[in-house]
Amino acid sequence: MQESQDKSAVSSKTMEIAMALLFLLFGAVVSWDSYRLGARWGSDGPQAGYFPFYIGLIIIVCSAIALFQGFAIRAAKNTVFVQRGQLKMVLLVMVPTVVYVGLIHWLGIYVASTIYIALFMWWLGKYRWTKYVPVSLGVNAAFFLMFEVWFKVPLPKGPLEAAFGWN
Amino acid sequence: MEEINALLQGFSVALTPYNLGLMMVGIILGVIIGVLPGLGGANGVAILLPLTFSMNPTSAIIMLSCIYWGALFGGAITSILFNIPGEPWSVATTFDGYPLAQKGRAGTALTAAFTSSFVGALVGVLLITFLSPVIARFALRFGPPEYFSVYLLTFCAFVGMSKGSPFKTIMSMMMGFALAAVGLDTVTGQLRMTFGFTELLKGFDFLIAVIGLFGIGEILLTIEEGLEFKGAKAKLDMKVVIETWKELPKYWKTSLRSAVVGCFMGIVPGGATPASFMSYGIAKKMSRDGAKFGTGLVEGVVAPETAAHAAGTSALLPMLTLGVPGSPTAAVLLGGLLIWGLQPGPMLFAEKPDFVWGLIASMYLGNIAGLIVVLTCVPLFAAILRIPFAIIAPVIMVICAIGAYTVHSSMFDVWLMCVFGIMGYVFKKLDYPLAPLVLALVLGDRAEDAFRQSMLASQGDMRILYSNSLVGSITTLALLLLFWPLISLGLDALRGRQAPASGAQ
Repeated sequence: MQESQDKSAVSSKTMEIAMALLFLLFGAVVSWDSYRLGARWGSDGPQAGYFPFYIGLIIIVCSAIALFQGFAIRAAKNTVFVQRGQLKMVLLVMVPTVVYVGLIHWLGIYVASTIYIALFMWWLGKYRWTKYVPVSLGVNAAFFLMFEVWFKVPLPKGPLEAAFGWN
Repeated sequence: MEEINALLQGFSVALTPYNLGLMMVGIILGVIIGVLPGLGGANGVAILLPLTFSMNPTSAIIMLSCIYWGALFGGAITSILFNIPGEPWSVATTFDGYPLAQKGRAGTALTAAFTSSFVGALVGVLLITFLSPVIARFALRFGPPEYFSVYLLTFCAFVGMSKGSPFKTIMSMMMGFALAAVGLDTVTGQLRMTFGFTELLKGFDFLIAVIGLFGIGEILLTIEEGLEFKGAKAKLDMKVVIETWKELPKYWKTSLRSAVVGCFMGIVPGGATPASFMSYGIAKKMSRDGAKFGTGLVEGVVAPETAAHAAGTSALLPMLTLGVPGSPTAAVLLGGLLIWGLQPGPMLFAEKPDFVWGLIASMYLGNIAGLIVVLTCVPLFAAILRIPFAIIAPVIMVICAIGAYTVHSSMFDVWLMCVFGIMGYVFKKLDYPLAPLVLALVLGDRAEDAFRQSMLASQGDMRILYSNSLVGSITTLALLLLFWPLISLGLDALRGRQAPASGAQ
């Protein structure tokens, strides 16, 4: 976090243009699929693609303008979208989160969450195990009681819960 | 005085011990949600919504709306004590609230903020009480073209009221509409934009979008700064409260003005955030101490807080009477109504008076309870903020994941939430507004239905939107708002002033 003065990873201009292009693509996909379904007047009224087709068209028009505006940003006005240090922080959070969601599939949400919270505290918060073990276990025990016992909302469970006969 | 009778009936519904208990739970949860980064009114309600599916709808909406009031109150705490707005609508509160806290007058600032929030909400609720039955009765005459023009008005208002680029507002809104169209088309039974993925059959649920966009996106934005909270000490004793209360009546003009601005911005879907900025700006211009704004004036806290709360409350008026929510949180509440099998709109007043008036009565009670809770529990809530971010952040992530899963018990939704989270982060950084996307996602199907039915009635003739004076004037108003950025540019040019650049730089 000390390196917040460091270089820019991506400039706003690049992001604005990339975003406009993505929107352009999105609009094209929407209109194309609506056109495929039929965006005209059927025998019994408007066809399924009638409304979304125009939505897609509006997206295309607006993103073309946004694209133009993006290219028109002058170098002097081009700000930093994200600095390297910031991007690192964001990735440090986002990547483990994606792994965590993947883990839910086969460990169940409680075990995965315990690991996730503990790792997060250890890695980003530099806590010792005397802190992160009780916090991660306690929070998830509370969630377990709240969802499985109190509200009876079943959440994804894995082998550990199965071993204790909760399913 | 029909309304008074109905309201008294409502009080008898809301005043059961069970509902009062839920109200307190809702307020406390709401303040916590408002205080925590990454959790706000909209996604807080979205996460808790699935837990209420089994409850009776009246109790459920009482609890959820109290979460909303709590979140509105809670935003002020972080703004004043930590200079970190917990909610977007409390950004303007930091301008004078934080300097006050630095001067050691945190108690005064908090009392002023809470009290003016309460006043703002009260004005909003009074408006709902007396205006909504009238609007509902009026709206009974609405047909599909009228409804479509109201939707049009809603969305055009976003374009006209937004500070940023109108094109970005439109793009984000249209994206919402497009995402809403994904899945099975209920009229023709055809599949739209599923591209063979069975997961997309049921379309995108706006609850997932709200949790991702506002929850995960907000966490990512916060983490960027590498957060360290350094807050002022919070102590609120009765002496300070009473002293501040003695001072507050001086600002009745500011209060009243802000409440009017707030109510207006809440009904027209501008939302609480622009309302708070606008009324801060107006108060600064109108006040005798205008130049001293920003250095820690009580008046500078009163103005944005009153407006934000008034807007937040009155955003429920169009939601209840027309089925058109005025803010993302109102949109989530509307989604809840639909899930409970209640059709918001004019018929709701006729068919479910217990529900409507119970809710309205709970707004009065909830805000009174809220005021008491926040005045007495500030140190407790401030303590929550002192929990380091490295602990809070993963726990909020887990809560978001659980919330996303419980909507449909589907893991696909959790992945979707991650995607929406990254989207929310990028959108926020590039000034693409998120509220239009969410509202379009919620209203997409209904707007499309209204459009189709109008087109069917007119056999594809767009002139049906001008077929009578009612629908015509709504449509005209909508178009006026849509082109407002252009019109205001033109007006400025006419006055010979240098036209301010439109668009977000």
